[in-house]
Amino acid sequence: MAVKTLKINDIYVAVEEGLTILKAAQEAGIYIPTLCHLEGVSDIGACRMCMVEVEGINKLLPACVTEVAEEMVVRTNTAKLKEYRRMNMELLFAEGNHVCSVCVVNGNCELQNLAVEVGMEHCRFSYRFPDKPVDISHPQFGIDHNRCILCTRCVRVCDEVEGAHVWDIAHRGEECKIISGLNQPWGEVDACTSCGKCVNACPTGSIFHKSTPVAVMKRDRGSLEFLSTAREKKQWTR
Amino acid sequence: MSDKILIEPVSRIGGHGKISIYLDDRGEVENAHFHVSEYRGFEKFCEGRPMWEMAGITARICGICPVSHLIASSKTVEKIQAVTIPPAAKKLRRLINAAQIVQSHSLAFFHLCSPDFLLGWDYDPEKRNIFGLMEAEPELARGGIRLRQFGQKIIEFLGDRKIHSRGIVPGGMEFPLTEEMRTWIRDRLPESFTTIKKNLDIFKEVLDKYPEETNVFGNFPSLFMGLVDDDGAWEHYEGKIRVTDSDGNIVADNLSEDNYQDFIGEAVEKGTYLKFPYYKPWGYPEGNYRVGPLARLNICSRMNATEADRELLEYRDRAGRVATSSFYFNYARLIEILASLEKIEQLLDDPEITSTRIRATAGINQLEGMGVSEAPRGTLFHHYKVDENGLIQKVNLIIATGQNNISMNKTVAQIAKHYIHGKQIPEDILNRVEAGIRSFDPCLGCTTHAVGQMPLHIELVGFDGQILDEVWRN
Repeated sequence: MAVKTLKINDIYVAVEEGLTILKAAQEAGIYIPTLCHLEGVSDIGACRMCMVEVEGINKLLPACVTEVAEEMVVRTNTAKLKEYRRMNMELLFAEGNHVCSVCVVNGNCELQNLAVEVGMEHCRFSYRFPDKPVDISHPQFGIDHNRCILCTRCVRVCDEVEGAHVWDIAHRGEECKIISGLNQPWGEVDACTSCGKCVNACPTGSIFHKSTPVAVMKRDRGSLEFLSTAREKKQWTR
Repeated sequence: MSDKILIEPVSRIGGHGKISIYLDDRGEVENAHFHVSEYRGFEKFCEGRPMWEMAGITARICGICPVSHLIASSKTVEKIQAVTIPPAAKKLRRLINAAQIVQSHSLAFFHLCSPDFLLGWDYDPEKRNIFGLMEAEPELARGGIRLRQFGQKIIEFLGDRKIHSRGIVPGGMEFPLTEEMRTWIRDRLPESFTTIKKNLDIFKEVLDKYPEETNVFGNFPSLFMGLVDDDGAWEHYEGKIRVTDSDGNIVADNLSEDNYQDFIGEAVEKGTYLKFPYYKPWGYPEGNYRVGPLARLNICSRMNATEADRELLEYRDRAGRVATSSFYFNYARLIEILASLEKIEQLLDDPEITSTRIRATAGINQLEGMGVSEAPRGTLFHHYKVDENGLIQKVNLIIATGQNNISMNKTVAQIAKHYIHGKQIPEDILNRVEAGIRSFDPCLGCTTHAVGQMPLHIELVGFDGQILDEVWRN
């Protein structure tokens, strides 16, 4: 097995060939913020929160989908990256309708936590207040497109773990949205097994348990990690 | 009409409002109006939201009494679900609502209203607030603040937060009451009883000292509305709606919130965002009714709490069987705090209060629901229509303060006509006009402007629009 040696934040790291910078950093105990990344499913670099600087390359690279290379020099926490992440976060907030105080996951939200972490005290961009729908036609779950950041965790977990592929992405640009089935109401999609993996995967309050009041919803991320470990390592206990 | 006096903003109330006083050619008050100059839009932007979120969203209407909206909203959703909540959940809701009455009334009495009559109407405006009270009457202020803290702590116990609790949810409650919490509440009860009794005595002296204010602070006949229990006793969580007149006659009884549109109409007037609800069978504005502590004490047969009932007798001895002066709002508030403390004490003794079976679940079984609850400021109605999935299609909210709108306007006019003669208007007189509004404890928005300077702006405007005089209070 080939090993690649690289430097992340001036620390030498040796990892298997083919791993991503994100994995390499995690193995070395170096933290890189992520949002669309979810253990157990493929990475697509949608959220741009894990961007890093690589010496010799004139642009920022997403750590979750960039493979390590020999003698690569990576920086994960420069002033430029901090500013970039904060701005990226502000753009995520500006393009949706994220009202934390009345959100079902207020206090238990990855987007909210990361906004605090990157120091987003306010949004420097004008909120766009898009007119987006809420679909609660499913008997157990609902999706609020106002809170969706298009990370596609739901798309990937449904496709790659559950194998149902209920979710997909439709349209482009500002019209871009997550759809169920062939853009049908969720409750009418026969392919949905009501397993709830998308609910547990969603990093915001977008996909939620129906009948959840404000600020009381918690997700069971452990169930996804359990499935991932079970599949990859054949360990069947939580 | 030749002159207009503008008081903007009215301070030490919840929200933003202003008062216009119109003078005639002789400098006598011709009329006065109370305007609410803020617009919220809740009824509109709640459309399209899942109904389970409504409690959390509408709680944001108010930072002082979010519990009231949480209760009214949850009850409305439970109507749509056609669900009965577990008995322990109902008891916990009664507990948290009683705590809310204690904290909200304490805020209204100690922080907002009492600086006027305890420090004096003409006291330095910069110190005529809770901080001035802390300087002049430290023990009294401390007692009031701790009494409010007592109520807020119970709300925090049951809802994880003091403001915008997340404990009251459709179907019941989210968090049970633990033994540790019960012990804490029990331990603080004696101090709370002592504080309220002491302040009842103080307020009785105030009444003796200010007979003129008592007589002209919104003293007029009107209807009174609120909830009573099956025996006609004081009620704050459930029960039936009763309407009485100024002579104590029951005009309507056993009314249900389900038919509120049959007996409550909402009139709209220019110059204010606040509607004017009225008792429909009597028409507008003859159907003016008051809600809140004054109304609740007028409509009920008794408080159903030993010590509060004793106080109610003395209250009726002083005010008559029906108190028609809005100055008595403050007195009624203190008696309601006492009653709520007694209710809290009773509830703590109930073995079921620490039960963990506190949440029921159900789907959508009706497409429309109405909920009602007694907020500290009066009867609160929520009315939702939903689609078959539970998405909100239509919202109507009748907030307690709105129902006192006609009376608040009448109060302002009455006080202004009594005290203002000519174009020279002393500051203490204008403060009396404001105090008339304050006695209703109006919650115009969701915030209090209790601290610091009163940014009072008065304009004397001539008939030709020329500003004759201008006073800034800073």
